[in-house]
Amino acid sequence: MSNVAPLLQVKNLRVEFPTRRGTLVALDDVSFDISPGEVLGVVGESGAGKSMTGAAIIGLLEPPGRIAKGEILLGGRRIDNLRYEEMRRIRGKEIGAIFQDPLTTLNPLYTVGRQLAETMTTHLPIGPGEARKRAIEWLEMVGIPAAAQRIDSYPHEFSGGMRQRVVIALALCAEPKLIVADEPTTALDVSIQAQVIALLKRLAREKGTAMMLVTHDMGVIAETADRVAVMYAGRVAEIGPVREVVKHANHPYSAGLMASIPPLDRRVERLAQIDGAMPRLSAIPKGCAYNPRCPQVFDKCRTYRPDLINAGTTQAACWLYDTEAPRG
Amino acid sequence: MAAAVNRFFGSDLWWSFTRSPVTVASAVVALVCILGAVLAPWIAPHNPFDLASLNLSDAFKPPAWDEEGAAEYFLGTDDQGRDVLSAIMYGARVSLLVGLSATIFATVLGVSLGLTAGYAGGHVDSVLMRICDIQLTFPSILVALLVDGVVRAVLPREVHDQIALFVVIFAIGISEWPKFARTVRGSTLVERNKEYVQAARVIGVPSVRIMFSHVLPNVVGPVLVVATLNLGLAILSEATLSFLGVGVPPTQPSLGTLIRIGNDFLFSGEWWITIFPGVALIAMVLSVNLLGDWLRDALNPKLR
Amino acid sequence: MFAFIISRILQAVPVMLTVALISFAMFAYVGDPVAIMLGQDFTEAQRDQLVRDLGLDQPFWVQFATFIGHAAQGEFGLSYRLSRPVAELIAERAPATLELAFTAAALALLIGVPMGVYTGLYRNSWLSRFFLTFSLVGVSLPTFLIGILLILVFAVWLGWLPSFGRGDTVKLGWWTTGFLTVSGLKALVLPAITLGLFQLTLIMRLVRAEMMEVLRTDYIKFARARGLPNRAVHFGHALKNTLVPVITIVGLQLGAIIAFAIVTETVFQWPGMGLLFIQSVGAADIPVMSAYLMLIALVFVTINLIVDLLYYAVDPRLRIGRGKGGH
Repeated sequence: MSNVAPLLQVKNLRVEFPTRRGTLVALDDVSFDISPGEVLGVVGESGAGKSMTGAAIIGLLEPPGRIAKGEILLGGRRIDNLRYEEMRRIRGKEIGAIFQDPLTTLNPLYTVGRQLAETMTTHLPIGPGEARKRAIEWLEMVGIPAAAQRIDSYPHEFSGGMRQRVVIALALCAEPKLIVADEPTTALDVSIQAQVIALLKRLAREKGTAMMLVTHDMGVIAETADRVAVMYAGRVAEIGPVREVVKHANHPYSAGLMASIPPLDRRVERLAQIDGAMPRLSAIPKGCAYNPRCPQVFDKCRTYRPDLINAGTTQAACWLYDTEAPRG
Repeated sequence: MAAAVNRFFGSDLWWSFTRSPVTVASAVVALVCILGAVLAPWIAPHNPFDLASLNLSDAFKPPAWDEEGAAEYFLGTDDQGRDVLSAIMYGARVSLLVGLSATIFATVLGVSLGLTAGYAGGHVDSVLMRICDIQLTFPSILVALLVDGVVRAVLPREVHDQIALFVVIFAIGISEWPKFARTVRGSTLVERNKEYVQAARVIGVPSVRIMFSHVLPNVVGPVLVVATLNLGLAILSEATLSFLGVGVPPTQPSLGTLIRIGNDFLFSGEWWITIFPGVALIAMVLSVNLLGDWLRDALNPKLR
Repeated sequence: MFAFIISRILQAVPVMLTVALISFAMFAYVGDPVAIMLGQDFTEAQRDQLVRDLGLDQPFWVQFATFIGHAAQGEFGLSYRLSRPVAELIAERAPATLELAFTAAALALLIGVPMGVYTGLYRNSWLSRFFLTFSLVGVSLPTFLIGILLILVFAVWLGWLPSFGRGDTVKLGWWTTGFLTVSGLKALVLPAITLGLFQLTLIMRLVRAEMMEVLRTDYIKFARARGLPNRAVHFGHALKNTLVPVITIVGLQLGAIIAFAIVTETVFQWPGMGLLFIQSVGAADIPVMSAYLMLIALVFVTINLIVDLLYYAVDPRLRIGRGKGGH
């Protein structure tokens, strides 16, 4: 993979929220790449900055949040400093987005056909007639039965799972090269989740679309992603091939996270858990943010913040893998 | 107590107050209006009700800065030689008295009915809310006018003149209570279904005690906001009724009465008789409304 | 659709009945209509005759039913003050009030909605701040003071516009209109601004608040994430969703305009129903008051019905029968 030019590059991204009690750093020094057609899973606890990273990439950070440092490049072009109108042409056309709750993502007052058609006519050189035809094709592709009739239905006439299929069609219909999917299955019934993930995976592969898949469901990651990034307190703790991270996590936090997944092949009396809770953004400890909870903590962790360093098969932000200055 | 004071000055409420110059300014204006009104008998330059001190030869004097004005009458005089500034201070007293009393009346009525409706539920709730709905369909000024008209028709003229002030307070209060009842009922419904209230019920705490000790404290914020915004409205309603000539009796002129009387002289050029009471009314209502607006935003974390 | 209208009309019936009951109670029990109608000199026989004629010896419900029957035909008896049929008095005055209310409402909507959208979209621009300050002044200014200030400036000082009355009117059947003459239109300007200003600021603040609320929703964020142009996001997606709550309140406000006309008509001596009403309140002329109350209730109920129909047109979620839900 390393010889292919990356589609998306995030370099040292820092997102800040100015508040009256001081500036909160929501993301700090976040870096990763996504290659064309690759699926990058992003995992972590709530508030780790997964969704924030997605919002920063599509250029829709909620004010007063802002990118304070770093760069985001799409196909080698810097997109984090574009004007609103230039970025708008990229959204939908080159980066599609899927949100968490299909019940609230669709405009209740417009038919799904209209919402599909307006997305396509905005980005593609086609007229209303062609857009409608393609809208029906897209509804068929995402598995809506009787698409030709359902195209004039309103969102409330679909079930939650069906609505998320419509959202997927909306995200893909202008044929973007990258999809940012923010917890696309969290709000769905468990029985529907697998179907929707399978659909997303199949369409991404067929269209050659790369995907940043934000979730806290390790099962989804293991099944779908090529590589995975583990986030903790606004930073990337570990990043690497999915198989390696799941089976042989190097960062103590990822290891703890993976140990808390219930294994399918044997019975366990009690699942492993990580003691304590992730720090609030206003109280991130000095040194490694994970040090108060880390079972392998040593002096250096309490003073210096580790960057991502090579840890064999993956990269981990952990002093355990620092070869230059051995632990002490 | 000192701790409570410290907590207040360290609170978000105080912080947002000091951060908004408009709010501070309106608090100052409101304070000046209130002090001027309350202290009128002691600080007003003249007593407009002391007929002996009135001098018809001083009638229609323009404000002091006009060539024909007299320093003694800073804002000029009316047709009977009354000092406009003093009349405004005494008038503001009546306006404020009626506005405050009517708001308190509406608050007490609305909060108790709202609590009852929200807590009792069932038929009590639907009947009370139906009444609210129907009354809210009509603008409050119309309701106040009707109440005033009916009372006027029922009571003999002499009796009516004596208690006219109370009639106005009653009429305005009656016209404003549904807003309070709605607000309180909404919050009560939310609180009622919370687990701690359910728990209190289960262990047999009397309903009335649950309402007052658990539910009421949770609705104080919204009620305070509605009451502040309502005070401005009540003062306006009183002024409107008095302007229409059905409000407070002419023996106790409010700002609205002064504006009505002055209106007759608008065309002959004596604009100050009506405009200055009008400005005073606007200053009072605007400052109260601005404070209410700020309070609503400050207490509503969603808008921050 | 038909069932929807019928159910809404049925919902309006209790409201009208309640108002009718209040109206009737005022009519029957406030003051003594017999004494008022007979004047000073009368015999006991005359008195009994009148009581029978008026049906005052009948039981309450019979009297109430008779009252409703008459009211439905527009009969509210004689005005105590003017000794003329109330219906006639109101019919004479209605065109003036309706034309004034219509003009004021049009003014409030055509200016208030765009201002609300603008201030909702560009919250921090200086023009928004100016509009907001202006609206706060508009809410705090009592209607009669606005009228007085306008009269002072435009009638007394500048002498551009008349300060009272309707100007010349043209008769179209029983309707008299001021829309067709220059003096009629000139006379309309100041009262319409006075009456419309408060509603204008209210509508503006409402649209602004709703707009801000809608702009925070997920579907607006998603519309942005799909790269739709701002114009489509703001005026297509956001504004249409804003309309749903705005329609309700605006409907109620338009009804309120007719009632608020009382004050404006007093300031400008505008010969409408409001002026008639206020004169009746002063003179405790109960038949006119109760007829006016019923009329206003009817206006409100009608407006509510129209609002419901508009809702139905805007929001597809209402068009589906209850049995067929979302899941």
